Amino acid sequence: MRGDAHAHALVAPADLNGALALLADKSGYRVLAGGTDMMVAFERGLLKESRLVSIWHLAELRGIRVDGPHLVMGALTTYTDLIESPLVVENAPTLAAAARDTAAVAIRNRGTVGGNIANASPAADLPPALLVHDCEVELRSSSGARWVDYAGFHTGYKTTVMRPDELIARVRVPLSSEPLRHFYRKVGTRKAQAISKVCIAATVRPGGVARVAFGSVAPTVVRARGVERELETVLAKGPLTPEAVARIVGMGVTEATPIDDIRSTADYRARVTRNVLRECLMSFTA
Amino acid sequence: MKNAVRCSVNGTPCAFTAPPMARLLDVLREEVSLTGTKEGCGEGECGACTVIMDGRIVNSCLVPALQAEGASITTIEGIAKGEVLHAVQTAFVTHGGAQCGMCTPGMVIAAVDLLERIPSPDEAQIREGLAGNICRCTGYTKIFDAVREAARLLASAA
Repeated sequence: MRGDAHAHALVAPADLNGALALLADKSGYRVLAGGTDMMVAFERGLLKESRLVSIWHLAELRGIRVDGPHLVMGALTTYTDLIESPLVVENAPTLAAAARDTAAVAIRNRGTVGGNIANASPAADLPPALLVHDCEVELRSSSGARWVDYAGFHTGYKTTVMRPDELIARVRVPLSSEPLRHFYRKVGTRKAQAISKVCIAATVRPGGVARVAFGSVAPTVVRARGVERELETVLAKGPLTPEAVARIVGMGVTEATPIDDIRSTADYRARVTRNVLRECLMSFTA
Repeated sequence: MKNAVRCSVNGTPCAFTAPPMARLLDVLREEVSLTGTKEGCGEGECGACTVIMDGRIVNSCLVPALQAEGASITTIEGIAKGEVLHAVQTAFVTHGGAQCGMCTPGMVIAAVDLLERIPSPDEAQIREGLAGNICRCTGYTKIFDAVREAARLLASAA
């Protein structure tokens, strides 16, 4: 079934406060940014909301800048913006890597970091990278603003801590004083335009703080906290060795609970999860 | 619900009335009568509907008409200068970069965008630049040859 343009009202308020007022009026408005996911649902006749508020034109939600100890990105930052920003490449390298592996140019010019988070797909490309950079998300409503830890943002399959009157305004990650060691690997059917079967992102900060996150292997994007703890314990004692990598991989990723679906099987995902974890950890032994 | 939308298409001011959720693709084809932009998949996978919006290529099937307000849009009809083909178009002709023609408008737009960003792309950059455009006829080799030739033509004209 095709989408019916007459069945959806779409409005473009003059400013952010106008958008927040619509979200607060309890008439069921949903935010539409670059449309790379919602317009697909619309075309398939699957877009439920009859009232939509376009934020694409709101300059208040754009821009990448340094603010104190953080790199702050507007919610409308596109994948292309992430790739082209030296600040992102320097301070959040896995985020730039994830953006480079997402879709193709035309989608990267329209898809946004805020949309990728709010859409809450466990297979989304940016969330594993956001997790390993200790991202925080700013939720704005007409009654105020709050920063939430992205690690606690997704509460279940396609559910989040966002209230219906809130939108994502900005995201931020800590600036890194020294280069991070990092890894990002997405496994899909082809290099471009693919939705991942398994995705892994990881960082090791100077001082040995480790973050490892997976996409597409659980109802939400997940941190592999057991792996992180083991990795940090090993790094506290000395360099990571191939023997230690084998031991950590052998312990398994308890947060990974993959399923069979249209894109892959639980069996394949479980095997690839181990393999990309090994590849990731081996990259930190050099 | 219909909105009046004003934008620029191929350098000419353009006004149309459409439901705000109408797809830019449909508006260009049916309201502006520019049928060079094609619909393939309707979900951003194939690139047949690629146009340039405010200097960046987009899938026009995924752009609601309302978001075209104030935008500067270039379609395949705006790539040639009158009767003079763009170097990318010339190279597609001489290298047989088109067969059925369905993907060609989007492919040409993506190639023009690629060469504006990266004037001398290597093989990997050509593949990445055209990765969002699917061709079911050519096997891509002649298209990639055409893009390399277009890069040479543009370099020698500069």
